[in-house]
Amino acid sequence: MTELTTPIAPAAARVSLLRRLLRNPVGVVSLAFLAIVGLVAVIGSALAPYDPNLASLQLVLAPPSPDHILGADSAGRDVLSRLLAATQISIAAALLGLVVALVVGVTAGLIAGYYGGWFDQVSSWFTGLVMALPGIVVLLAARAVVGPSVWYSMLIFGVLLSPAYFRLVYAAVTAVKNELYVDAARVSGLSDLRIIARHILSVVRAPVIIQSAIIAGIAIAIQSGLEFLGLGDMSVPTWGSMLNDGFSNIYKAPLLMLWPSLAIGLTCMALVLLANAMRDELERSVRPVGRRRRRAAAVVAEERPAVVVHADDAKTRTGEVLLSVRDLVVGYDKPDGSLTRVVRGVSLDIRRGEVHGLIGESGSGKTQTAFAVLGLLPAGGRVVSGSIGFDGLELAGAGEKVYRGVRGSRIAYVPQEPMSNLDGAFTIGSQLVEPMRLTLGISKAEAKERALGLLERVGIPNPKRTFAAYPHEISGGMAQRVLIAGAVSCDPELLIADEPTTALDVTVQAEVLDLVRDLQEERQMGLLLVTHNFGVVADLCDRVSVMQSGLIVETGPVRSIFAHAEHPYTQSLLDAILEDGPARGALAGTPEVAR
Amino acid sequence: MLQFILRRLLSGVVLVFVITVVAFSLLYAGGGDIARRILGQNATQDIVDRKAAELGLTRPLWEQYGDWFSHAVTGDFGRSWFTGQLVMNGVSSRLAVTLSIVIGATLLAAIVSVFLGVLAAVRGGAVDRVVQVGSVLGFAIPGFLIALGLVIVFAINLKWFKATGYIPITTSFAGWLTSVTLPIIALSIGVIATVAQQVRGSVIDALERDYVRTLRSRGLSMRRVVAKHVLRNAGGPALAVLAVQFVGLLSGAVIVEQIFALPGLGQMAVQATSSADIPIVMGLVTVMAVIVVIVNLAIDLAQAALNPKVRLS
Repeated sequence: MTELTTPIAPAAARVSLLRRLLRNPVGVVSLAFLAIVGLVAVIGSALAPYDPNLASLQLVLAPPSPDHILGADSAGRDVLSRLLAATQISIAAALLGLVVALVVGVTAGLIAGYYGGWFDQVSSWFTGLVMALPGIVVLLAARAVVGPSVWYSMLIFGVLLSPAYFRLVYAAVTAVKNELYVDAARVSGLSDLRIIARHILSVVRAPVIIQSAIIAGIAIAIQSGLEFLGLGDMSVPTWGSMLNDGFSNIYKAPLLMLWPSLAIGLTCMALVLLANAMRDELERSVRPVGRRRRRAAAVVAEERPAVVVHADDAKTRTGEVLLSVRDLVVGYDKPDGSLTRVVRGVSLDIRRGEVHGLIGESGSGKTQTAFAVLGLLPAGGRVVSGSIGFDGLELAGAGEKVYRGVRGSRIAYVPQEPMSNLDGAFTIGSQLVEPMRLTLGISKAEAKERALGLLERVGIPNPKRTFAAYPHEISGGMAQRVLIAGAVSCDPELLIADEPTTALDVTVQAEVLDLVRDLQEERQMGLLLVTHNFGVVADLCDRVSVMQSGLIVETGPVRSIFAHAEHPYTQSLLDAILEDGPARGALAGTPEVAR
Repeated sequence: MLQFILRRLLSGVVLVFVITVVAFSLLYAGGGDIARRILGQNATQDIVDRKAAELGLTRPLWEQYGDWFSHAVTGDFGRSWFTGQLVMNGVSSRLAVTLSIVIGATLLAAIVSVFLGVLAAVRGGAVDRVVQVGSVLGFAIPGFLIALGLVIVFAINLKWFKATGYIPITTSFAGWLTSVTLPIIALSIGVIATVAQQVRGSVIDALERDYVRTLRSRGLSMRRVVAKHVLRNAGGPALAVLAVQFVGLLSGAVIVEQIFALPGLGQMAVQATSSADIPIVMGLVTVMAVIVVIVNLAIDLAQAALNPKVRLS
């Protein structure tokens, strides 16, 4: 059978699907064509100028003429009349298959999904069985038993197609069954039948309609295919049998094949296009706006308050500036052509060997700033303006050519969530070796030796075993150590760590932070540490910048900021970690839009 | 790993067994009617009864099945009721034809759909829209219409290929190629449409994974990450769809063999059902089920090779 997937839409599809479809050009054309086919199916035989089975020896393979607009077939029957009559039978047969599949599949799906138990087992197993046999072979076998009959064939084919509905309904029901509102309905004493009718059918209605359009197309294709093979009842005019007649006379009257081909092809195409149009309309109505911009702080006004800058004290490092970000603006293009700015003019410097903390709550734009430096913004995002200077190179808007010499070898990255940042299909070793071979140009053996050394350095107890392991075989803490090892594997000058401990257990957090600090000191790397935790900043950083809604609001040496934070937002972040501090209220001064 | 293979193998054997039981019960349930159909309406009841007894149709169904099964496991599916030819001989001489076009179409579809799907996912924009529209058309137009179109254009008008007939690969490789090219293309278009969509979806999905960014942060080029990591991760779902499509390919082969006059299993099935030659139909159903099980096993193994987690489940 054919694998069919239809998105299961939430019950939100209250607005009539039909009305929305009428605004979709493809939908309108498909619907109009299908309406004509439907009309012909109902009144076609009445319109036919001749009896579709009236044969005439004079007319055998007659070309089109005023009396017989489409000519006559190999038995001298009027092609137009046959085409009109065939529409009725072909459509009726397809509808029979569709209705059988719908009734069997939806009923079984509802029962199996809602009640589970043995019926669930049996029907799932039956579905597997049906899917393992080629449909036409089953129909051929059935024909050997019951003889040629369009109706029997479509009855059986309906059963063969029912798994498409079964799986759709089953998935929807099991997903909805344990929702709270269904529980509530059950507790409040609604009967199972009412719950199914009210809460469950409403969820599957739209996908079932879409599926039906596709199934109808398949039913027409298969039924015509069988008739085309000459396996149908040849006394009944159908599109498939007309095609068969045309194919036998392909050299003598090639036009004969055209009409049934057009009827089959256009009808199937209209059904699939209709299904596609319906799916598009449904997806459009349920797609949440701006879902992918979860971290984006959308701020309407372009106010840019003054940044509180603390003067350097005696202990601040004064070396060569490694990374210099100036007035960085990062934006996402929206479909309507406007731009959402998530970073709105950030400037910061990192010297060689300096640890710079970038702190702020989720959505303040700190991760976006980090990605912009790496040149790895998610799809749709770009550096709108400003500059990113890295040791004499301009990275803002730089192409892959520039970044090729920078990523990995000079700027490296430690991600937040350890497990999802390792490719589960490859061993840990191969994910360490591959970049080293490419970036450092060393041999496989050399890279392996280096990787084992790194694993040992980051505190992995059995480096050889971890090297050969797959990501799902190690713990989150271990995975984060592996990622840190990978980041420093090519001796970068700048390390960008995006909340490297947030996803870890509290007990592991301190160890991983120690490791990051040790490696940073050992290798004298610049470190941009993105975090939302002032405790981490106090432990590691020389300098800190506080970000809020895409802007830096306060920046300076760590001691100075801890001693006298001036910006209310910084104060509220600091209060949040001081045990004996005042009661924690809402974070001060966060614009409502950012929440 | 061995346990994984054995478990899949066992479930395949059970599936084939159940299919033969169901098919046998349905095909032979007619009993005396079958003899009537063979002999025609004019035969006397006496002759019909004698024929039914001769074919063993009067015995209980389970006994008939036991008889069939004990022979079938040794590869003997009985003889045709009409020609007396061994079913297995007919099957084995035609198997190569069907496998040629079905496996050819699977491979062609796999290559082309991966290419198109990745291209659409990575490039986006106009390329993506062209692939999307092409997929919808390829999915919507019935395979036999595509086959007819190919015959008319390339065989009848342009005369690039032979319209009908089959040349065994052992006779001439070039000849074999010209005889199977059009059938393979006709069969694969629908599969390409479906699988390319799946590849596109899973590549887009894989591209958004965190590890893609991390690998790129280590200095790997986008091209390399896509070719090595994204493709391998997107391969699993695509293979699953290909496995389901393979069953559809066997269906398609029945019609395509008829159009191109290829002497394959499908053609044999069409002839056997027209004459109600039940032993042949039964043998074909069994062989098809075995082919499906073998292909599914091969695809399961490929899945396990791609994704280490599959090996554990």
